[in-house]
Amino acid sequence: MKVKQYKDVLSKPLIEENPITLQILGICSALAVTSNLSVTLVMCVALTSVVSFSNLFISLIRNYIPSSVRIIVQMTIIASLVIVVDELLKAYDYETSKKLSVFVGLIITNCIVMGRAEAFAMKEKPFISFLDGLGNGLGYSVILIAVAVVRELFGAGTLMGYEIFSLVSNGGWYPANNLLLLPPSSFILIGLMIWGIREYKKDQIEPNEFKLSGHATAPDLRKKEANV
Amino acid sequence: MNDSIIKTLTVSFLVCLFCSLIVSYAAVNLRDLQNLNKLNDQRIKILKTAAIYSPNESIESQFSRLTPKFVDFSTGDLLDQYGDYDLNTYDPVYFSKQPSHSTPIPSSEDIAIVKNKENIGKIYLLKDSSENLEKVILPIRGYGLWGTLYGYIAIDSDLNTIRGLEFYAHKETPGLGAEVDNPKWKALWDGKSIYKDDQVEIEVIKGKVDPSNKMATYQVDGLSGATLTSRGVTNMLVYWFGESGYKETLKKINYES
Repeated sequence: MKVKQYKDVLSKPLIEENPITLQILGICSALAVTSNLSVTLVMCVALTSVVSFSNLFISLIRNYIPSSVRIIVQMTIIASLVIVVDELLKAYDYETSKKLSVFVGLIITNCIVMGRAEAFAMKEKPFISFLDGLGNGLGYSVILIAVAVVRELFGAGTLMGYEIFSLVSNGGWYPANNLLLLPPSSFILIGLMIWGIREYKKDQIEPNEFKLSGHATAPDLRKKEANV
Repeated sequence: MNDSIIKTLTVSFLVCLFCSLIVSYAAVNLRDLQNLNKLNDQRIKILKTAAIYSPNESIESQFSRLTPKFVDFSTGDLLDQYGDYDLNTYDPVYFSKQPSHSTPIPSSEDIAIVKNKENIGKIYLLKDSSENLEKVILPIRGYGLWGTLYGYIAIDSDLNTIRGLEFYAHKETPGLGAEVDNPKWKALWDGKSIYKDDQVEIEVIKGKVDPSNKMATYQVDGLSGATLTSRGVTNMLVYWFGESGYKETLKKINYES
């Protein structure tokens, strides 16, 4: 029973309850750091470790957190973890940390981290909270890596910096699609993914909040005139 | 009760204390590595400016090809000694902020808005195996649009021809002024001349350089959409190659070699 629950918590956020495609959270960094796969991988590791450990620590002290300051306490823990990750990157992977620049710091404001802390870790036991964080981090990573592979491969003809398609500008055959190197392209890619997943999982399709109706003004006026 | 004032304060205090301990532990322990990374990053920029950088060799050994020298800005002399300071670790930008080691530049002369200039600068000489001068690498800095640009410029042994330009820190707008990092733009500098009849004539112009113009060798294409950054780069070069910059030093290197 327990094992099944653990498995669910880990595997559901990968596709079915993916934080990016179902909850539409964490879009900001998905746009910004996906033009290059190696940078994206570092970002995924950074976010996954922050969300797992923030879930773990918050869950450990969940029974002692006064509800009036709970958001601030969560933020303090998340921010500390993010700073530690940032410091580690600056020490051990300076090049990538320069490319990620502010986006490591912005993990603090990534809705996935805060959302999992508030929605899951505040209620559940530490170990399962950690797994939930891990699962959501991996769900985020799956989407980011998919976007980054498409963007780097078709935008620059490389993967992890290694040439896959030889570019026309280097005397090859592949004309690079520069749109894919610009942030808006990830909007399009993520949109297509959301569409794909919802075609496959119909229950994810949200009911319309309001109905679009035809143009109402002109016929109404005519109707009034006719009545007169 | 979790919500009593005492409890709230205690929990907040303990969380903050614990988090700050972890953060400061990480920051203090990793500082040396981070500083080394920053230093290496700057060294790579210097090597790239000199066009001798290869990613496969150790930075340390490549960097040893360069001979650092102190520069006395008041006389233009090259020095091997300055007080007790180590030539290898001396950081001119740091000393430009120390009142006892720097001089404020009068605003009438301060076209590049450098504000304070260190009394003693540091340059690098690249020599070939038979000790002949190949290139001189000079640090430059000046104000762009949002902040100071810090960089290096390499000039040939004729002390007039530019061989490379790199910026290692700036705050210019991405896509516009930050195009100073664009390899294509940087490549335009190779072969441009600085002095004409002892006057600094090098200039980043608006638009494209007309190759038939007889001043073309003193002109570099402007960065489109970044007039102020382009002007900042021009001002910086005019200042650092002028009387109060490296002009005297370059003359002295010329006599020596």
